[in-house]
Amino acid sequence: MSGKARGTVLPVILPAGERLARAAMRERSDGTHRLRLRGSHGWALLGAFVLGCGIAQAQSQPESPSILDTLWKWTPLLARGFVFNLAISFIAMAIGTVTGLFLGFAQISLLPPVRKGAWFATHFFRNAPWLVLLFYCMFLLPFQVSVLGVTIPIPDWTKATLGLALPVMANVSEIARGAVQSIPTTQWEAAGSLAFNRRQTLWMIIFPQCIKRMLPPWMNLYAILTMATVLASIVGVNEMMTLTQRALSAENRPGLLLAFYSYVLLWFFVYCYPIARWTVRLEARYAVDQ
Amino acid sequence: MQLVWDWFRWLNDATGINLTIFYDAFDRGRFASGFWMTVKLSAVCIVASMVIGVVGAWIQGSRFRVARTIVYWYIQAFRNTPPLVQLYFFYFGLGALLTGVGGPLVTNVMWAIVSLSFFAGAFNVEIFRAGVEAVPRTTLEAAESLGFSRLQAYVRVVLPLAFRISLPALNNNLVNLVKTTTLAYAIAVPEMLYVSSQIWSDELNVPVMMNVLLVCYFVLVGVLVYLMHRWERAIRVPGFGV
Repeated sequence: MSGKARGTVLPVILPAGERLARAAMRERSDGTHRLRLRGSHGWALLGAFVLGCGIAQAQSQPESPSILDTLWKWTPLLARGFVFNLAISFIAMAIGTVTGLFLGFAQISLLPPVRKGAWFATHFFRNAPWLVLLFYCMFLLPFQVSVLGVTIPIPDWTKATLGLALPVMANVSEIARGAVQSIPTTQWEAAGSLAFNRRQTLWMIIFPQCIKRMLPPWMNLYAILTMATVLASIVGVNEMMTLTQRALSAENRPGLLLAFYSYVLLWFFVYCYPIARWTVRLEARYAVDQ
Repeated sequence: MQLVWDWFRWLNDATGINLTIFYDAFDRGRFASGFWMTVKLSAVCIVASMVIGVVGAWIQGSRFRVARTIVYWYIQAFRNTPPLVQLYFFYFGLGALLTGVGGPLVTNVMWAIVSLSFFAGAFNVEIFRAGVEAVPRTTLEAAESLGFSRLQAYVRVVLPLAFRISLPALNNNLVNLVKTTTLAYAIAVPEMLYVSSQIWSDELNVPVMMNVLLVCYFVLVGVLVYLMHRWERAIRVPGFGV
């Protein structure tokens, strides 16, 4: 990519433009923007949290409990909600990754119907807003299924998980396709000359090289997905955001808002920050000079 | 037209595919207004976020350190938090502070516009800034030596080039913005998702409406993506990029 651009017809455009173009192309194949969490963000959030506590404390009546006691009282409940967020993100990512990889490889199939079908499915789910897909699964999946006379209930957080797995699947599919296509064709030719067939080439030669290229966008997608699990609050799953709103309405003190929200954001930051940093490091290590 | 509506009524009787949004005048009106609201919300937010982007990029290039720091933290805050949290922050946080005598001063539609514009604007600031940075000073100097005033040089030489460089990244962001307008559902803005949920709870045709909704968004976003990519290719700087 950059190699082509170095010998550009229009050398007047400075590197800032090149970086922007590369970021835009990467965003297009990832389907999401890159999170760029820094340590300073955590400190800023902590600052907002302290400020929020200060405001709440200043606004509270003298006889009401202190703001830190109030937060501490709600923390076990919020933590249970956070566990739901994590469970949704884990399972949605697992389902999305497995199905997405299959869809991605179907996109490079030699059979036109498979290839075109996979292409359409990928772009259909990539173009649909996450919230609409979430609604789709929440309202269309039954609340229980009967298999051989045994009734299995489907809790709403499972449905939300499937709803979030759909866009993850589409994004992983496109990441996988992009990674396979970024491997030089000479690799295919060399494998062919060593009498590997197509499936062997894909599994034993191409795919192992793809993993390195897929890892950074995949991890970034996971961080984005974790933050997107708060969408499940709109459809009434008892995750952290829903519980925060319930806690706020139970306390019924307007000054608490900033304190509670920054507290929740801090939880998410502490979880996502290492992932985001690691993504950046991996990307620097696996950067391919072309 | 009546024939078409009657056909959908017949379709419901014959197959059970209950598309009330076609044969029922009330639902038709509701759905059309919801669709129109989504389009309006998207259009207004696109324009407002681009204005924020241009102003922010201009401030980031200015000499005032305080202003630059404020814009920097604005970008960091809006880039790295979920848009839903931003929406709640504006609506429940700032909205609660701004209540006038006869109810809230700012309606939920306006809060949605403000929140979504600031969300997309944060990305636009960085995009436009990179676009302007990519145009070398020498181009500006060359324009000045040809007798352009500073403003003319900016308007006629620098900005057109910067815009062309920015367009691919801008497209990604704007498409994302249109998808994010669905979040306005959370604060009861009557856009397409919200009116659809009203319709399906009145008419009990959840699966049909869900599919209608999914297809509508797919077409809306698909058309936008197609048009923007065509435009992108049409005005692309020759030899630049991939």
